[in-house]
Amino acid sequence: MNHWVIAPVLWPWLAGILLLLGHGSLAWQRGVSVVAVAGQLGLALALAAEVSDGRMLVYTLGNWPAPFGIVLVADRLAAWMLVTTAFLAFFALWYALRGDDAAGSHFHTLFQFELFGLNGAFLTGDLFNLFVFFEILLIASYGLLLHGGGRKRTRAGLHFVTVNLIGSIFFLFAAGTFYGILGTLNLADLARKVAAVSPENAPLVRVAGLLLFAVFALKAALLPFYLWLPEAYAHTSASVAALFAIMTKVGAYSILRVDTLLFGADAGLVAGLLEPWLLPMALATLLVGMVGALASTRLRQQAAYLVVASVGSLLTAFGLGSVSGIAAGLYYLPHTTFATAALFLLADRITQRRGDLGDRLDPGPTIVSAGILGGLFFVTTVAVVGLPPLSGFLGKFLTLRAALAHPWWSWIMATVLSAGLIGVITLARTGSLLFYQASPPTADLTPEPGVALARELAPIVGLLLLGLALTVAAGVLEHGARASAEQLLQPQRYIQAVLKPGGEP
Amino acid sequence: MLILVAMGLLLIVTLIPFLGAILVAVLARLGRTHAAWAAGFTVLLSFGCLLPLAGAPFAGETIIQRLRWLPSVGLDLAFRFDGLGLLFALLILGIGLLIVLYASYYLSERDPLGRFYAYLLLFMGSMLGIVLAENLIQLLIFWELTSLSSFLLVSYWYPREEAHNGARMALTVTGAGGLALLGGFLLLGQIVGSYELSVILQAGDAIRADPLYRPMLVLVLLGVFTKSAQFPFHFWLPNAMAAPTPASAYLHSATMVKAGIFLLARLFPALSGTDEWSWLVGGAGVITLVLGALFALFQHDLKGLLAYSTISHLGLIALLFGIGTPLAAVAGVFHIINHATFKASLFMAAGIIDHETGSRDMRKINGLWRKMPYTGALAMVAAAAMAGVPLLNGFLSKEMFFAEAFSAATHLRLGWLLPAAVTLAGMFAVAYSLRFIHDVFFNGDPIDLPRTPHEPPRWMKVPMEVLVLLCLVVGIFPAQVVEPLLTVASTAVLQGPPLAHDLALWHGVNPALAMSVIALIGGGLLYWGRKPLFAFHDRHTEGLDAERIYNALLNGLFAVSGALTRWLDTGSLQRLLTVVIAAALVLGTAGFLGDPVPLTGRRPLLSVDGVSLVAALGLLAALTGVVVLHRQRLVALILIGAVGLVMALIFVKFSAPDLALTQLAVEMVTVVLLLLALYFLPPHSPIESTMTQRSGHGILAVAGGVGAAALTWAVLTRPYDSITDFFLANSVAGGGGTNVVNVILVDFRGYDTLGEITVLALAALGIYALLEGLRLDGPVDDPKGQPWDADVHPAIMAALARLLLPLALLVSAFIFLRGHNLPGGGFIAGLLTAAALIVQYLANGIAWGQERLPWNAQRFIGVGLLATALTGLASLLVGYPFLTSAFTHLHWPVVGDFELASALVFDLGVYLVVVGATLLILIRLGLLHRFERRSARARQGTAVSGEMP
Repeated sequence: MNHWVIAPVLWPWLAGILLLLGHGSLAWQRGVSVVAVAGQLGLALALAAEVSDGRMLVYTLGNWPAPFGIVLVADRLAAWMLVTTAFLAFFALWYALRGDDAAGSHFHTLFQFELFGLNGAFLTGDLFNLFVFFEILLIASYGLLLHGGGRKRTRAGLHFVTVNLIGSIFFLFAAGTFYGILGTLNLADLARKVAAVSPENAPLVRVAGLLLFAVFALKAALLPFYLWLPEAYAHTSASVAALFAIMTKVGAYSILRVDTLLFGADAGLVAGLLEPWLLPMALATLLVGMVGALASTRLRQQAAYLVVASVGSLLTAFGLGSVSGIAAGLYYLPHTTFATAALFLLADRITQRRGDLGDRLDPGPTIVSAGILGGLFFVTTVAVVGLPPLSGFLGKFLTLRAALAHPWWSWIMATVLSAGLIGVITLARTGSLLFYQASPPTADLTPEPGVALARELAPIVGLLLLGLALTVAAGVLEHGARASAEQLLQPQRYIQAVLKPGGEP
Repeated sequence: MLILVAMGLLLIVTLIPFLGAILVAVLARLGRTHAAWAAGFTVLLSFGCLLPLAGAPFAGETIIQRLRWLPSVGLDLAFRFDGLGLLFALLILGIGLLIVLYASYYLSERDPLGRFYAYLLLFMGSMLGIVLAENLIQLLIFWELTSLSSFLLVSYWYPREEAHNGARMALTVTGAGGLALLGGFLLLGQIVGSYELSVILQAGDAIRADPLYRPMLVLVLLGVFTKSAQFPFHFWLPNAMAAPTPASAYLHSATMVKAGIFLLARLFPALSGTDEWSWLVGGAGVITLVLGALFALFQHDLKGLLAYSTISHLGLIALLFGIGTPLAAVAGVFHIINHATFKASLFMAAGIIDHETGSRDMRKINGLWRKMPYTGALAMVAAAAMAGVPLLNGFLSKEMFFAEAFSAATHLRLGWLLPAAVTLAGMFAVAYSLRFIHDVFFNGDPIDLPRTPHEPPRWMKVPMEVLVLLCLVVGIFPAQVVEPLLTVASTAVLQGPPLAHDLALWHGVNPALAMSVIALIGGGLLYWGRKPLFAFHDRHTEGLDAERIYNALLNGLFAVSGALTRWLDTGSLQRLLTVVIAAALVLGTAGFLGDPVPLTGRRPLLSVDGVSLVAALGLLAALTGVVVLHRQRLVALILIGAVGLVMALIFVKFSAPDLALTQLAVEMVTVVLLLLALYFLPPHSPIESTMTQRSGHGILAVAGGVGAAALTWAVLTRPYDSITDFFLANSVAGGGGTNVVNVILVDFRGYDTLGEITVLALAALGIYALLEGLRLDGPVDDPKGQPWDADVHPAIMAALARLLLPLALLVSAFIFLRGHNLPGGGFIAGLLTAAALIVQYLANGIAWGQERLPWNAQRFIGVGLLATALTGLASLLVGYPFLTSAFTHLHWPVVGDFELASALVFDLGVYLVVVGATLLILIRLGLLHRFERRSARARQGTAVSGEMP
């Protein structure tokens, strides 16, 4: 049994327990948290190396064979998500050490448990266990979202938790229906049984599948389920908002997993169940997200809407359903995660310097270190909007290239390109309002010491450098993404790996 | 190593300016001269790296260098160096060097020179990237980079409104074009099967025959027209004149606006030769040519005149490529060179004038000849080249242009219109050139100039001198000076053998010469009679204006976006939930309606017994009560409790005692906690929504309920075959327990339980975090207006509760220990313990309880989680997967046989977490209240004491 598979799940969980028991000072908590996240990165990379030859590692918890016990499955996709999460967590945590973590109790415990939830969700091969990890994610992110308190944050948190509890109910309906009709919860076993479903039961499996899709769409913030996101993301602390950049991707991941494994081409009567919904919803999300960003009156609200738009782009790629489409989406996924996270962090740095004006998109006095911050803003927006030369452009190119094989290619192309244009207009305006139209400073600005500034901005620069790395190493990464997509589109391999140990070559 | 460098030399040439930009930005801290020298050195270095390759195009070779990047999708870093690339690289680097020199004088001490050079070098690298690209997607990357770097250059003086607005407009228009171009290139790649020019340029026939040709052409041309300021996208260019003049001279005359033209030339063999091409390219070209020239005449701003003139000349070149004959293409290439030289020098002249006088308004700047004759002479030569006066380079290419326009007209219907339009544009060109010279250098005396002009510093004039010299030399000795370069460039454009063309001053009397003569004389007359024309123009400025359409579109976009977003995102929770539930209902319904199958399955229905019926009716009654009475919070809570009780009965009925026990315990604890929370809320919830809203919500709720019921019905009436049998069969043998529910919880699916207790722990921590900063005013009076009883902790209750505690703990221990085999287990036991402790807290107060608890609640949670963790990890030590269980039977004297399962430790963890989480929530709610009561008491001065309600 390859314990590397469960290590990324247990590691942050144990770190969380240690933090809870440790009674320690803030410095101690920070130390534990940093070591834990660094280790997390190592474990994720180690697991990615383990599965890089195309193997699927199955871990049977409690040594109970599938489909009876719970299994973890590490394939290329899961490893991809884990590595992305670990990198993001590293920089979000680094930023949080500036003081976000000191605004209340238990930040680091919640942070580690959030990672526990994320990694668990990516690795599980069991539908009900996925529900459990969704709950962990929900409650941990609720705690993180509220961290630091405040009226608006509490209100946003209430909305967030209520709508997500509704989502949990849908999830239970879906899981219950699957279990009631097909008698199993193991994803591989479900895939096998879904494919053989009788005509009499097919409609119920479809209901369950679409309800599940609704849950995942809610998590991913697809239109029309996205409305919770702008408020929640705009009002939480910056490091939490940055970490949340991966949260929508959990929904996207789940859609991709279920779409390929349960409702792929081999799924008999329910083959292609999500197909008529996913792509139109994704395209609409992309447009509505961008339009929302354009209409935003606050910087953080704008960043939140850009997250919505990025989900639209991502699921447009997944929605194409082809190897190239999924590969394009997978290449785009880490990029958009890092870029939007960087935007949230940078927005916070800018907001902090604007005094009473906060993040309102109105011209104010010139802020201190405007040159450096403006330059970073420029680069970040280039990344977020997907302009060359950064990885966002490559993601867009790969998506559109894959879209040419789709019957709706002209619509997809028109939407993606228009959204890109709206993005350019939006962020050019924002940059202009924040930096170009600033009035002379009210008092003489004392220049900030370079070292302090460098330390302050290092996590943001780090995230942007990750984007650069994604660009430079595009060939290797796209190759990996393509291999992941091919693996996903052969669900038989997953089923075989889980249900017939040793059956996987 | 050397070979590697040689293989990647074109990459290095392109990268040097980018690296130089960083170098300049750093060195600029040392001073202005450092920045200027670094910038100049960068340009020279890049040029020097290009030099070893420069011979190849003349030898008829095309150099292609390649680095693997994204090979699977046909995107490698591939560079191409042929005659056209050489020509443009020379323009970019040569004029770039002159601009570096010029800018160091032009920009004042206050302007950060380092920033300017850094942006300029970024732009230069991007531009080199375009002209040296072999791969179209790579070309596009650099194409967009020119848009971005020009945004930075135009907005260089960003506090000025026209600077940041002009920059945004340029970015929006060219950015939109870039996106269209991406679409066009993708289609082109789809048609050809490659993004590489080598393949594309050979595939012209296949491209033109493809059904995708038209959309592809339109998209590519959108890119070209926006970048090269063709009608109707031309308006951004005059607005971009807010850029510092060196940037305008570079970007807006010589290089960036030529990028579109470059692409026309580059793709000429692949795309041209169809009616679509001729009409689109030629049509846009001719309209731009005429309108640009016309507008140029009426500009009062020096740079505005030059901007419109540039637009006109770009139209001219586009028209030449649109005509589509090889000779026209050659003329187009030639005019690219000529326009770059004379227009850049004119921009420099405008910059010098602006620099020296502090104004660019031709109505004020007059009679400068006396103050700065040398600059005036240079400007006059350049302007004459622009007008197409013989002996200057502009004359030669314009002559070729007239000839091509004339011959193209012969095979078109209404063809005479083309030479007529072209000649008209030529007349305007002569007129505005005359105006540039006459208004500025003669025409009376200066009016209200901010500064007294004199000749600029010596070295500021050098770049202009070089360019003007080129105008003259090319104009007089074309065959010797420019012929070889033009030949290799044309060869690259046409992808064919060098074309016979005759660069000479005198071709004899022919139609082209006649058109030239008409243009020169007509232009002179036009300028002479300009006053009525200007007056007419001033009266009719409110015509159709592309810029206003653009602004209207943009404002429309903002308005629509704002309205749409405000309509969708109202920030209301009700709205949010309505949308989510309705959407889920739509999805669910759509799933069911696919095929017509009966809702009810084939499974025989159980008969209904009287008890169940009563229970069901009770459940319905309680639920109806909740709906009707939900505004009375306490009543609603009690009724919800009743619902929970009936649920427990249902579990009992279907032989699930564990679930029933759990349900009861959970019900009890949650009701107590909710009661504590309710204390802070008004007893009644007010009506806050309209009748319409409530009706809508009611309909949605009923629809949701019906949907859920239908789904449940359909599932429950269908035959059922599940993995449950395995659990029944293996519970004792594999899990060591006869209570299957408990074995599932702690063993088969222990991992789920581990997750769920983490959820519980998180919920407690979350509530802790939520309440940490919260301050709430509790009511001082009870709902009837009477003060609370002063005796908060009645002695009888306290005594009774203390008596209860050991009993309750004993029961929970019993429930816990038997859990593996009989109904019970850690979860239920934990809830029972928590309930017992809650009673203590209620009876005695938080502080009393806190003093007596050995650990704080967090530690309960932590130790509980640790216990589950250790159980799980222990199995790793003996080589089994996480959470593998082991069990054995011990014989205790007296007590008897006792089973010891590792799952028991796991269950203990569950127990501790449940106790800890419940306590943490309880204590937090209590503490929150105590502080507030104290402050309320202090405010009101009444003797209300107590801690718990």
